[in-house]
Amino acid sequence: METIPLSYYLVLSGILFVCGVLGFLIKRNIITIFMSIELMLNGVNLSFVAFAAQWHSLSGQVFVFFVMVVAAAEAAVGLAIIIAVYRTRETLNVDQVNLLKL
Amino acid sequence: MLHLILFLFFGLLCVAGAINLLAQSHPINSALSLIVVMGSLAAEYLLLGAEFLAAVQVIVYAGAIMVLFVITIMLLNAGAEERTKGSRVAILLGVPGAVIGAVLVVWTLLFRSNTSAVTIGALPGGPQEIARLLFHQFLLPFEITSVLILIAIMGAVVLASRPDAVAKRHHTEAPKAMPELVGAGKEH
Repeated sequence: METIPLSYYLVLSGILFVCGVLGFLIKRNIITIFMSIELMLNGVNLSFVAFAAQWHSLSGQVFVFFVMVVAAAEAAVGLAIIIAVYRTRETLNVDQVNLLKL
Repeated sequence: MLHLILFLFFGLLCVAGAINLLAQSHPINSALSLIVVMGSLAAEYLLLGAEFLAAVQVIVYAGAIMVLFVITIMLLNAGAEERTKGSRVAILLGVPGAVIGAVLVVWTLLFRSNTSAVTIGALPGGPQEIARLLFHQFLLPFEITSVLILIAIMGAVVLASRPDAVAKRHHTEAPKAMPELVGAGKEH
């Protein structure tokens, strides 16, 4: 059986998570910010699967399913909110969406 | 050896996609590079033995969720984003800080953590094993997430529908419903 060090997976997952955080902070388009959140979720999922393989427990993989379901629900509601924001403000730039009420 | 090569190939593809997501200014390019990230992550899951999870990753993440994103981008006709100038102090302090932090974390994970190696294919992650766990031990969370996704669907429909369309529907339905109600009231 071939082996790959667990730390490689953790480093890859950390890089993905940091890319997501960076995108969340530096991006100005609200849809791209939302995609950065999905990137962070994916990074966490990878470490879940890697740890599941290390501890020989499938619970880690089942947890990834729950993360996916929550991500799908979040994407549906979040994109609906984005559509509603665009309809009232005609912009996707988060710098111009700085008031709770119009 | 082959596994390591595959891991490095898909890992690099993943990181390249993530960095491309940050570098692109048009949201549709970012969405497409996110699909690359998710596809290569599915390959990584496959390397770890999580076969069913890899299939679900492609179908749900790279398929359904990203289609939702792309449709929203096309629906809103999103153009290239305007770049705002960041502060100089943030760049001067943030970039070295981020580099030092990243080097520390990678060094700790690679050389100082007592994690062993992952044996490829030691953990069977086929549909049968996953389903047995999901419908016995995790049955209650499973049902709760199904309620959650139902609520999310309704929330999305309510949020994305036009406010004036909802009001108009109420106006058109109200006169039809009212006479019946009045008539029913008179009979009793």
